[in-house]
Amino acid sequence: MSVLIGRATRVLVQGITGRDGAFHTRGMLDYGTKVVAGVTPGKGGEKVHSVPVFDSVEEAVARTGANCSVIYVPAALAQDAIYEAVDSGIPLVVCISEGIPVRDMVEVAAYMRGRHGRLVGPNCPGLISPGQSKVGIMPGSIVKPGKVGVVSRSGTLTYEVVWQLTRAGLGQSTCIGIGGDPIVGTRFADMLALYEQDPGTEAIVLIGEIGGSDEEDAALLIKRSITKPVVAFVAGQTAPPGKRMGHAGAIVSGGSGTAQEKMARFQGAGIPVAKTPSEIPGLILAALRPKRKSGLKLLRGRRTKAPKGKSKTPQRASKLPRRRAR
Amino acid sequence: MNLHEFQSKDLFRTAGIPVPPGDVATTVEGALASAGGFGYPVVVKAQVLIGGRGKAGGVKVVRTPEELSREAGRILGMNLRGLKVSRVLITPSAEIAREYYAGMVLDRRNELPVLMVSPEGGIDIEEVARERPEKLLKIPVDLRGLPHYRARAAARFLDKDPAIQKKIASILRLLAGVYRERDASLAEINPLVVTKGGEVLALDAKVVIDDSALDRHPDLAAMRDLSAEDPDEIEARERGLSYVKLDGSIGCVVNGAGLAMATMDLIQFHGGKPANFLDIGGSSNPESDPAHRNEREGSARASLEARDDRLERHGRSGPRGHRARGGGGMSAAGAEKPA
Repeated sequence: MSVLIGRATRVLVQGITGRDGAFHTRGMLDYGTKVVAGVTPGKGGEKVHSVPVFDSVEEAVARTGANCSVIYVPAALAQDAIYEAVDSGIPLVVCISEGIPVRDMVEVAAYMRGRHGRLVGPNCPGLISPGQSKVGIMPGSIVKPGKVGVVSRSGTLTYEVVWQLTRAGLGQSTCIGIGGDPIVGTRFADMLALYEQDPGTEAIVLIGEIGGSDEEDAALLIKRSITKPVVAFVAGQTAPPGKRMGHAGAIVSGGSGTAQEKMARFQGAGIPVAKTPSEIPGLILAALRPKRKSGLKLLRGRRTKAPKGKSKTPQRASKLPRRRAR
Repeated sequence: MNLHEFQSKDLFRTAGIPVPPGDVATTVEGALASAGGFGYPVVVKAQVLIGGRGKAGGVKVVRTPEELSREAGRILGMNLRGLKVSRVLITPSAEIAREYYAGMVLDRRNELPVLMVSPEGGIDIEEVARERPEKLLKIPVDLRGLPHYRARAAARFLDKDPAIQKKIASILRLLAGVYRERDASLAEINPLVVTKGGEVLALDAKVVIDDSALDRHPDLAAMRDLSAEDPDEIEARERGLSYVKLDGSIGCVVNGAGLAMATMDLIQFHGGKPANFLDIGGSSNPESDPAHRNEREGSARASLEARDDRLERHGRSGPRGHRARGGGGMSAAGAEKPA
C-alpha cells in the first residue's frame, strides 16, 4: 500500500522536452512508472523516450488518461504550469521547479483553496512508492517496499534517511519531499493525515528543518490525532539566524523557526526526536516495539516476503528478541 | 536581497509614501554640503544592512557643522558588526510627536501576506509580538490587496486623531502595494511617525526583496550592494551556489540544502565547527549534465581553497562528497563509513 501514488498512477510530464524533464522522464520510466504523456507547448507530436508529447495538458489528459502531473518547467513559467494542470482536472500535481517567486505561490495557494486537486511542492524531489511508482527525481535504488512513511522538507537529506532505513531493513510505503519553499501545496499535516489513513503505513519519519511553523503544527496534530508512531528529525540546529540556508523557506527570523524550538515541540508532544539521521531507524524500531503486531510485520519484511497475515501468529513473536540481540 | 534604508525610502517615495528628504554621502564634505541644504539639526545614519544601527552607534543627531564633521567622520569607516560603513544618509531631524510600527511580511501558516501594525514604534517588533501581543494588530492581505476599511481599522488601532488616521490608512495601503508590486518579502516602516506639525512620515524603512523574483525586477537587482556582502558569498551566488560563511574550521561541500544543514549539525555534534554552509544543488539541477556539475564543484573548491590553510586541508577533499565522507570516516548520517 502507499499514499498519493501507486501502480494506478499515470504520469504526465510538463516540460518533458527540457533537460531536466527529459532526464527524469528516463529515470521514472526505468523505475517502472507509467509515464503516459509529456507536454511542451509548440512541440506536440514529438516523442521523448517514446513518450508522446502534446501541446496542452488538456489534450494530453484527454488522450492518455493521465492522473498525475510532474512539472519541470523553469521557475518563471511554473505558476502557469500549475494552473494548467489544476484546470485540466489532474488530481495530483507535483512541482519540482525551484526558485518560484513567493508572490506566485501566494496566488497559487489562494487559487487551490476550495478546489479539487493536490499540489506537492514546489522546490521538491517528488514522491516514491517503492516497487510501484516514482514521480519526480528521487533515486529508486535506495528505497525498498515496506511500511514506513517518510515525509521531509528536504531532498538529498531524505535520500540519506531513506537509505539508513533501507539498510536497517525498514522498507517504506511512500517517501515524499514536500519542498523547501515558504509556501508549499502539501504540508506535514496533510501527509500525516494520509499516512494515518493508509493501512500500508505503520510508522512515520518526519524530517523538518528551520524556518516557518509547519513542524510545530505537525507536533500538535500528532498529539491530537495521529495514532501511528512518528519519529522526527530537524535539520539546521547550527544555522545562524537571519541567513537563508539554501532553501528559500529555511531561515530563522526574529528568533522563531529555530531547530531547537521545533525539536522541543516534538518532544513536548511525546514524539521521539533523532539527534542525528543515523538514530532514526533505531527510534522507529523502538517506537514500534510496544505494538507487537505491527512491529513484527515490519521486522519480518526484512527477510522474507511471506504472505500477509502470518506475522500475527504467536510463533513469530518469539523471533523478536533474537533479532534484536543481533 | 536586503535593501539599504535609502534604497527602501526611494521605493516608498516613488510609491507615494511620505518620506523625509535625504542625501547619501560618502565623505564628510558631502555630508556637510547636504546638511547645509537641509538646515540643522540633521541625523547622520550609517547605511549598512544590519538592524539596531542606533544602538550600535551608527545613528546620530547633530546640531552644528562641527558636530556633523566629527560624527560623520566617526561613522564613515566605522565597523558595525563586521560591516564597514561606506555611506551615510543625511536627513533633517523630525520633530516627533508619536511613533508607530507598520510592516508587511509573509504569514507562512496562512499562505498570505500580513500587515502588522503596533502603537509601539521604533523598537524591536519581535519583542512586542512576544511580550505584548495585544499591542500588535495583524491583518491578512489577500489577493484584493488591503481594502480601505481594513486600512482604516489598522489606523484606528494606532492613532486617535481622525485626520491622522486618514493619512496613516493611505500610507498602509501604499505599503501593501509596494510589498506586492515589488515582490518584497518584508516592507517595514519603523518608526512611522506623527510629527508635531501633524505630518505622518516613514522615518525609517526596510525592504527585503524575494531573491526568486529579482529576474522580473532588473531595477531592484541593480540595487544590490556588493560592498556590503561577503566576497565569498558574492562569488558563490554568481555561480549559482548557495553559500553562507560561518566561523568554524571544517569546510562543507554538500549537494542539497537539507543535507548541508544536517552535515553542519553533525560536525558540531561530533565536536567540530563548520566553516560554511554550501549547497551545490541537488534538486532538479541534475546529474544529467556532468560538465555543469564539474564546473559547480570546481567553483566550490576554488572558493574554499581561497580561504585559509586550515580550511584548505579539509576543503580539497570535499568536492567529491562520497569519497570525502568515506575517507573522513564521517558519513552525513553519523560517524560511520558508508556501506
